[in-house]
Amino acid sequence: MGRAPQDDGAQDAAHLPWCHAGIATLIPALPRPRLRRLFQPTAGLSMIDPALPPHMRPDKSFQGLILALHAFWADKGCVVLQPYDMEVGAGTFHPATTLRALGPLPWKAAYVQPSRRPKDGRYGKNPNRLQHYYQYQVILKPSPADLQDLYLASLSAIGIDLKLHDVRFVEDDWESPTLGAWGLGWECWCDGMEVSQFTYFQQVAGFECAPVAGELTYGLERLAMYVQGVENVYDLNFNGREGDEKVTYGDVFLQAEEEYSRHNFEHADTDMLFEQFRMAESAAAKYLEAGWEDGSKSRHLMAQPAYDQCIKASHVFNLLDARGVISVTERQSYILRVRELAKACGAAWLATAAGGTPAV
Amino acid sequence: MPDLLLELFCEEIPARMQAGAAESLRKLVTDALVERGLVYEGAKAFVTPRRLALAVHGLPAQQPDTHEERKGPRVGAPQGAIDGFLKAAGLTSIDQASIESDPKKGEFYVARLHKHGRPTPDVVAEIVPAVIRAFPWPKSMRWGKGSTSPNALRWVRPLQSILCTFGPETEEPEVVAFEVDGLRSGDTTRGHRFLSDGTIRVRRLEDWMAKLEAAFVVVDRERRKDIILNDAKDLALAQGLELVEDAGLLDEISGLVEWPVVLMGSFDPAFLDVPDEVVRATIRANQKCFVLKDPATGRLANRFILVSNLAASDGGAAIIAGNERVIRARLSDAKFFWETDKKTNASVSLEDRLAKFGNVTFHEKLGSQLERIRRIAALAKTLAPLAGADPELAEQAALYAKSDLRTEVVGEFPEVQGLMGRYYADLEKLDPAIGLAAEEHYKPQGPTDRVPTAPVSVAVALADKLDTLTGFWAIDEKPTGSKDPYALRRAALGVVRIILENGLTVKLGDFAEPDLLSFFADRLKVHLREAGARHDLVDAVFALPGQDDLLLVVKRVEALGRFLATEDGKNLLAGTKRAANILRIEEKKDGVAYAGGVDVVLLHEPEERALADSIAALGPQIEQALVREDFEAAMALIAQLRAPVDAFFEKVTVNAEDPALRVNRLRLLADIRAATRSIADFERIEG
Repeated sequence: MGRAPQDDGAQDAAHLPWCHAGIATLIPALPRPRLRRLFQPTAGLSMIDPALPPHMRPDKSFQGLILALHAFWADKGCVVLQPYDMEVGAGTFHPATTLRALGPLPWKAAYVQPSRRPKDGRYGKNPNRLQHYYQYQVILKPSPADLQDLYLASLSAIGIDLKLHDVRFVEDDWESPTLGAWGLGWECWCDGMEVSQFTYFQQVAGFECAPVAGELTYGLERLAMYVQGVENVYDLNFNGREGDEKVTYGDVFLQAEEEYSRHNFEHADTDMLFEQFRMAESAAAKYLEAGWEDGSKSRHLMAQPAYDQCIKASHVFNLLDARGVISVTERQSYILRVRELAKACGAAWLATAAGGTPAV
Repeated sequence: MPDLLLELFCEEIPARMQAGAAESLRKLVTDALVERGLVYEGAKAFVTPRRLALAVHGLPAQQPDTHEERKGPRVGAPQGAIDGFLKAAGLTSIDQASIESDPKKGEFYVARLHKHGRPTPDVVAEIVPAVIRAFPWPKSMRWGKGSTSPNALRWVRPLQSILCTFGPETEEPEVVAFEVDGLRSGDTTRGHRFLSDGTIRVRRLEDWMAKLEAAFVVVDRERRKDIILNDAKDLALAQGLELVEDAGLLDEISGLVEWPVVLMGSFDPAFLDVPDEVVRATIRANQKCFVLKDPATGRLANRFILVSNLAASDGGAAIIAGNERVIRARLSDAKFFWETDKKTNASVSLEDRLAKFGNVTFHEKLGSQLERIRRIAALAKTLAPLAGADPELAEQAALYAKSDLRTEVVGEFPEVQGLMGRYYADLEKLDPAIGLAAEEHYKPQGPTDRVPTAPVSVAVALADKLDTLTGFWAIDEKPTGSKDPYALRRAALGVVRIILENGLTVKLGDFAEPDLLSFFADRLKVHLREAGARHDLVDAVFALPGQDDLLLVVKRVEALGRFLATEDGKNLLAGTKRAANILRIEEKKDGVAYAGGVDVVLLHEPEERALADSIAALGPQIEQALVREDFEAAMALIAQLRAPVDAFFEKVTVNAEDPALRVNRLRLLADIRAATRSIADFERIEG
């Protein structure tokens, strides 16, 4: 198949030759590291607030985890927002990220975003996959110099002891073809599990980010499973209570997963969805056109309603994709159509006050 | 002599870029030093996930002084010329120039310029910022407040600090002071992200290495690799197991840790129902862990080796437990995929499974995967007799070979494509040749990969590659320069190797257009050259018409090589070239091409008669030998021409005064050329 040829020799460049023999004398012979040498922790590095009652602790309760992250990022100056009130595939789609990442104005926000990935539904049978889940999203513009340290401190705040757990930043270049966006960063691993994505946005909606924003996305269910020590997402303790008072993730979401899986894969009305896609696309175009203040197209008055239609189109496309009614070649063209909307919305946003064009 | 130490400390550098970056840093900085007259004794680059460093040993304290003489205009030249000279030489008055005289030119001005070399730190302070700004990262980024500027520094990830010191071993080195995008160079760095605190002040290389080692950073990549490999082997051995070595994985892991701590975890043995290759792919691709083999059975053990970046306060128990959880989840997925595929294959016919490929585009202009599979199957059937395979079986195998591409396991782990086909074919109890062909038909994947030898595998492997090549040739998507996105060179080399190593007689002209044929010829040349053959001999054979049977080409090249190593061969080559040279000149002069038509009546000298007789006698015999594909015999026959050719050139003057005689002799030379051309185009042979 069209996989690029592997250049088998490329890795060998890793061998760093001595330029001249002379330097060999420069390199002292060092003993091998003592692998069994244990590091003495200076203090407990898990920073869970000791004043919290057990049911509020981030390692005992799913909502406690969310509240701990809210408290942490609120303390760092973020506006703590509520989820966007539309169906989206990821926290990035929230206008607080997509649109606010564009333009020169500083911005710090944190929020939970319920995210829908219709294809990932497993009828509630898979312990790790959901078609509806929560992302915790943090966006900081411009990206602060100590963003990695802030992120690590947030892990401590939810109970991950950094002297006990192996946290790693592993290359992961992020790209969203539908949003016309890309950035460089990492997936953050905790003991081999990806718990977050960390991205320095370089481009959004086809525009260079100036300044660059830093985006952190925590997979809340995974993190909660990790800190609670639970193997199945439906077993997560949602409210931190025990006995009769305990509410699990399954109590809240299992039925929904079953119902939506049936809907996403078997029954979603594809004629309606195709029509909705067309409607959203044409409405977006209409609002974009009508939003320009005058013929000079220097100020836009309706960027956000237009962007809502772009979000709508993207979700409808995901549903159609899950129903398997979009062929491989069509798929690309749908993605391009959504991207065109996103780009036009980005251009409109840049011509608004929040996008950096003040009212005259 | 002083040493230079440079460390660029940044957020985590992607593992795959580290080695290349270290080499680039070394080359860019040392080249720039040498270019400025600063010759050094040695240099070594270091790289970890968070730092890129360079030590240059034995640099002079300053650039050498330079002396330059610049000749100026003659004394008394117009003022404009004198002013221009002063400006170019950097002088303020003509008194600073001396006057010299020359018997031809008379008196003229000379400026003697003495330039003091600049202190090395000043030069370094100029070089390093430029290297940083233009560093060749495969992908780089902007960050932070500064990212609004169009000239913002780009780096692989945010650059956080720069250490740069210079000085002799015996003295306190100085900081080489410079600034890049607001970052000032200094003499401090930081240790391990979690195992050390605060900044570390560093003087020079030994100091840097030792202090970082104490701060839980092994700066030398090769040493990290050694530690990982040795500790992994030790841990395996202690359990009576064997490490499944994986150089690519080792490279990657060494770029993910500054302080490698090797640990062992385990998983439920029930997961070993899944094929070993899938278990390995799961653990390797997702978790970047090594797998272990039980030497008694040769199969995988339910253990894995993970490399952590942390000497944890609990000895690694939590880290192992965490990794085991993730691996359990991943293996559950893999097992689920495997079970699903088994069920699907048992309940859905191959025909129905293949139908799904109708919706998958292979290439926009080359139709769907289904169409492609059908083409390959038809071609495999045609090729089967050439490979000694049963045509029906080859067709069936070709239809089956790609069917694993839509399975769950291959969807998740593309690297086990083909192999899964064999597992599934075996489960379906198909003819073993079908499963084998599914596994082997992608082979060979490169110059060192194994070539399939089973007849059905050979037919399918050839058909797969030929279909790809002819398809992309038909839509004019040929490789250009370094661009070969469809790996067509590899496919063509695969065809060449399959044919040669299996000794197949395939007339490629039946399948490939002339341009593609010459692409095969190029691949063959590269292949033979790597095997030690002379490319000019390959050219000499390919210059003959109808050379599309690679096996015969190679046999002929080999026979030719042996012949040319003999005295007869060398001399005949020289004689033939001489004949061809004369012909080239005379044909140009006369405006005709000579071929045949020697008039025996005009053959006056005994040597030319002998030559003509030899050619006439040998010609048909050589032809017969060639028809029999007996190249040794053909060479032995052509060798008999050597003596008459030598004698001819010794005694006979080609450009005789009698025009009729001259033309006749040129025709005789043309006969020599023609006779040797039945063997190879001697004019293309070097020497």
